[in-house]
Amino acid sequence: MARAVSTRTKIGWTIAAWIVALLIFFPILYTIITSFKTEPEAISGFSLIPSGTLESYWEVQSRYNYFQPFMNSVIISVGSTVLALLVGIPAAWSMAFSPGRFTKDILMWMLSTKMMPAVAVLVPIYLLFRDWGLLDSRIGLTVMLMLINLPIVVWMLYTYFREIPGEILEAARMDGATLWGEIVYVLTPMAVPGIASTLLLNIILAWNESFWTIRLTTVNAAPLTAFITSFSSPQGLFWAKLSAASTLAIAPILIMGWFSQRQLVRGLTFGAVK
Amino acid sequence: MGNITLSNVSKAFGTTVIIPNIDLAIEDGEFVVFVGPSGCGKSTLLRLIAGLEDVSGGTISIDGRDVTNEAPARRKLAMVFQSYALYPHMTVAKNIAFPLKMAGESKEVIDKKVADAARVLNLSNYLERRPGQLSGGQRQRVAIGRAIVRQPTAFLFDEPLSNLDAALRGTMRLEISELHQQLKTTMIYVTHDQIEAMTMADKIVVLNAGNIEQVGSPMELYLKPANLFVAGFIGSPTMNLIKGEPAAKLGAATVGIRPEHLKLSTSEGEWKAKVNVAEHLGSDTILHVQSEIAGAMTVRADGGADIHHGNTVYLTPDPSRLHRFDKDGKAL
Repeated sequence: MARAVSTRTKIGWTIAAWIVALLIFFPILYTIITSFKTEPEAISGFSLIPSGTLESYWEVQSRYNYFQPFMNSVIISVGSTVLALLVGIPAAWSMAFSPGRFTKDILMWMLSTKMMPAVAVLVPIYLLFRDWGLLDSRIGLTVMLMLINLPIVVWMLYTYFREIPGEILEAARMDGATLWGEIVYVLTPMAVPGIASTLLLNIILAWNESFWTIRLTTVNAAPLTAFITSFSSPQGLFWAKLSAASTLAIAPILIMGWFSQRQLVRGLTFGAVK
Repeated sequence: MGNITLSNVSKAFGTTVIIPNIDLAIEDGEFVVFVGPSGCGKSTLLRLIAGLEDVSGGTISIDGRDVTNEAPARRKLAMVFQSYALYPHMTVAKNIAFPLKMAGESKEVIDKKVADAARVLNLSNYLERRPGQLSGGQRQRVAIGRAIVRQPTAFLFDEPLSNLDAALRGTMRLEISELHQQLKTTMIYVTHDQIEAMTMADKIVVLNAGNIEQVGSPMELYLKPANLFVAGFIGSPTMNLIKGEPAAKLGAATVGIRPEHLKLSTSEGEWKAKVNVAEHLGSDTILHVQSEIAGAMTVRADGGADIHHGNTVYLTPDPSRLHRFDKDGKAL
């Protein structure tokens, strides 16, 4: 039976939820507001009402070509996600459906790599990139981001695959499906919602990754994260332009997130709520 | 053809032995039922035959060909699972077509065979639906359809009716029996329900703790149970097993008498008993009685018997229907 909730409690919780949501969203909102201010306005103090100028956007676009870092971001985030899924699906499949003695340990070990601060391996990774000629290359960055996000991808897929009843895969085996047929015709279509939310989350993570993307690129492979950084220059901070650049950088992913929010929420709460 | 032979088959998971050692021959066209209490290894035995589990020892051969190490698909067997195991993302037509598609059949052949199977199973109007939009009985039919299109050497059923309600279970039981009459293909059917076993089987294999207790036709098991386990498992209501003095009088450690083989009288008889519960089923009356000499017993009486709780009755066993067992539980 549903628990009776008084209207007053409901209103209270709704207001609290709105306050929390606005607090979380406020930095993004203020960045967007600031991007519509002039530079003097931007440094003159707190104000929620911009003059509405598009000056910063013109300057950002004229000084820098937005399109190149945007394309780099798209290639790197989509590429690393596709690669991670290609590796992650078979890995999660084997761990979910024919677990060995050490499967749990391997999963924990993979997750443990996420607990290490990235800066701890900055020097070795940088040297490897230099020696292999991968610095400032899209391929290098794509592989790097794929490796960074792989533990999360495998964990998420593993959880989804575990929800698929083993009998269905056995039925496929009895029906003459090869291992490949089983994965392509039965497992993957059944796991599509799970794979889709893994894909979306991973694109967002890769899009926003700034530690490696800034340190391993200069010009050619620089994605939008590096594009933003270039506005906090040694000549001084230009808040309005920095905000315009940030807005341009987050806009695509924000729009994608908005349209796929149902899928994302379902994916992130999968397994927790049944 | 569908001869299946198991020799010295054993199965252990780690140190837990599920099936110590089994020899069994299944003839072509037979309807064989594996029956036993839960955990007796009947499903494991079926999965070993299917190839979904590897044997720990022994060999399995189909039509003389050793298939012990062959993949499930190469054994040419079809299986119907307890949970139906339909592909939820495919329509009924695609579910039934799946094994044909995997076998690389042409589209025309697939379409024809799917249409034929759908007609036999009354599924023609549901071909474009998904499993989620079907009732339990329809899902079970789709699972059977998926099994028959391949024309396998044998069908394996793993408790296929246990998720259905009682009425539907009765109907499906008939349908599967009719299907067996039509196809005349070997069928191996696992159940814990002895009524299913009795009504459907040509041959029943009674399993207990991974061992075969007895193999025989339903009537053989009913009339001549080889031991106490089979005697107690086959038949409904279960056989009355009496120990002590009445058994010793007949030169046995235990005597068994089925509820329908006790003569009931309200005036005279061998064992005096008091009625605890009387279940009036219309066709029969099942009496649960307590006898001073023979202990608690069940009696199947005439449907019109006017006997109620608290009445005193007299029971006389039909001597030709008595089963005698030695102290190890073996039939004498």
